Amino acid sequence: MAAVTRILIRHETILGILFVIALFVMAAQSDRFFTTANLLNQARLMTEVGLIAIPMTFVIITGGIDLSVGSIMGLCAILVGVFWQNVGLPLSAAIGLSLVAGTLAGFANGIIITRFRVPPLIATLATLALYRGLAEGISQARSVRGYPDWFAQLGQGEIAGIPTQLWLFALVAIAGIFILRATTFGRTTYAIGNNEAAAEFSGLPVERTKLLIYTASGFISALAAIVFVSRVSTTRSDMGNGIELEVITAVVLGGTSIFGGRGMVIGTLIGLCLMQILQNGLSLSGVRGDGTTVVIGAILIVAVLISNILGRFAND
Amino acid sequence: MKSRSFHVVGSLGQEILLVLVILALFAFVGWVNPRFVSENNLTSIFVGNAYIAVAAIGMSLVIISGNIDVSIGALIGVLAVISGLLVTNGYPIWFAWLAPLIIGSAINTLLGCLIAYARVPSIIATLAMLSILSGGLITFTGGQWISGLPSGYQLAQFRLLNIPSPVWFMIGMTIVAALLMRYTAFGRSVYAVGSNPEAARASGIGHASTVVKVFAIHGAIAGVAAVLFATQLQVIQSTTPVGLELVIITASVVGGVSILGGVGTVVGSTLAAILFAAIGSSLIFLNVSAYWLKAVQGVLILATVLADMARRRRTG
Repeated sequence: MAAVTRILIRHETILGILFVIALFVMAAQSDRFFTTANLLNQARLMTEVGLIAIPMTFVIITGGIDLSVGSIMGLCAILVGVFWQNVGLPLSAAIGLSLVAGTLAGFANGIIITRFRVPPLIATLATLALYRGLAEGISQARSVRGYPDWFAQLGQGEIAGIPTQLWLFALVAIAGIFILRATTFGRTTYAIGNNEAAAEFSGLPVERTKLLIYTASGFISALAAIVFVSRVSTTRSDMGNGIELEVITAVVLGGTSIFGGRGMVIGTLIGLCLMQILQNGLSLSGVRGDGTTVVIGAILIVAVLISNILGRFAND
Repeated sequence: MKSRSFHVVGSLGQEILLVLVILALFAFVGWVNPRFVSENNLTSIFVGNAYIAVAAIGMSLVIISGNIDVSIGALIGVLAVISGLLVTNGYPIWFAWLAPLIIGSAINTLLGCLIAYARVPSIIATLAMLSILSGGLITFTGGQWISGLPSGYQLAQFRLLNIPSPVWFMIGMTIVAALLMRYTAFGRSVYAVGSNPEAARASGIGHASTVVKVFAIHGAIAGVAAVLFATQLQVIQSTTPVGLELVIITASVVGGVSILGGVGTVVGSTLAAILFAAIGSSLIFLNVSAYWLKAVQGVLILATVLADMARRRRTG
């Protein structure tokens, strides 16, 4: 156990050092980078991926995966628009209902995975298609615009000089760190990832824990959708398309083992920042958005390779 | 041995069920709108979707071997563009038809090595490959469509005995793959590796080399699918068809390939691809918005997976 902890610390130390190096390189490359305005803006841009990455850390630690997060985001974004504009509910009620819908979508994932014993990969691949299909079917590819000014506060405004959604993100991240490190729920999460059968035989509530984690993943994805809609002031059914890749990359880059049992929220946060800096750096040096997805894909493979090699050393 | 014969019977059941569903669908939609069963529409259903059935053959091998590939849609897009660029840059037509097979096989061999030897889980490796290929493609082509294709290049528009060539490819490749899986040592090793990797290893079947071979074949088949896709029209889109990988995976899974590996036939996946194409076309003839197609697809895959799990629990 001590060896594993050491590896974990080392992984995070390496990441931390990489992060500092990246900061320096970026600052040297462009004088537009190391400004408060740019850094806060980057933090604003990474909030949606960051929010979902917190429950995804839990999901991957249990040895599972949730590919449907982007589709839940798209569905919830559409629902806000539909409830508000087509049904005519007040916007706050529309947001509330959309959060409920996202939570239910995550709950459905959890039920399919725990009750019907469908592997998470396939279960969430199927719901990825289903939820995105619902989003497309309900919206008929029409977008909704014209949200009131108060709603824009969440995605575009500031509180005490810090982007509003960063406060929300900080809250979710701190809750994640606390739950994973200091509660029985957190320890159960690790136990499931290390050896699910053993966890079950020791009387741990394996099914309930997994159900809660996937439900939380749905809820936070809905929350990310609200932040996203508020930031860009429009809803479209293709929102969140492919975001699962960025989320999983951040989590794995942060040292969480894709095989489960190992990982920390702090690592995810560092992985997230590293990825955002890289994207920012690439776009400042003229690489377009699509080019950065190539880099993210490459980082994901390299991160898993490094984590495999580190893991093998830990076993030796 | 007993369980093998059961699986063959079980998947045969799935195939008969699929044939019945396809016939019922054609009868019903043809009854509502006779133009659905006109020769024109039948041709367009088969010609427009045969490449999906072809790609599903390779996907079935991958899933039977206990892996998954979400990068197949992006790979088909990339290979189609490569084929188009070769022929518009003066290379002989046969070379533009052949190159996608070789390049596809090479790319997927690399993917297979990452999965089999470097132990990167297939979902992670192919998710990363998806973003590398699709991001790379759009960066490289800038979204420009390829036009000015020479006459004689449109392989998918050829006919033999008045039957379009894609249908011949679909039927021929399904038969070859079915025989390969049923009667060769390689075919049996794919089932063995998928159903019980440990036992396969103990009985001397090379797990890693089988997986690499599966991916190499899958890549070559993707090359054929890409050529059929590229030669349908007078232009080639240079973006990857969004969600194509889901359609292909759905075809495999609905066709009776068990998501847990080890079980399934390629005949079933071809039938499922036909069914899915027919559903897509019938939505139009039943005046249902095509935006619901993906939701129908999600329901189909989810229902099949749940049925598969229920059947396994009953028998196992």
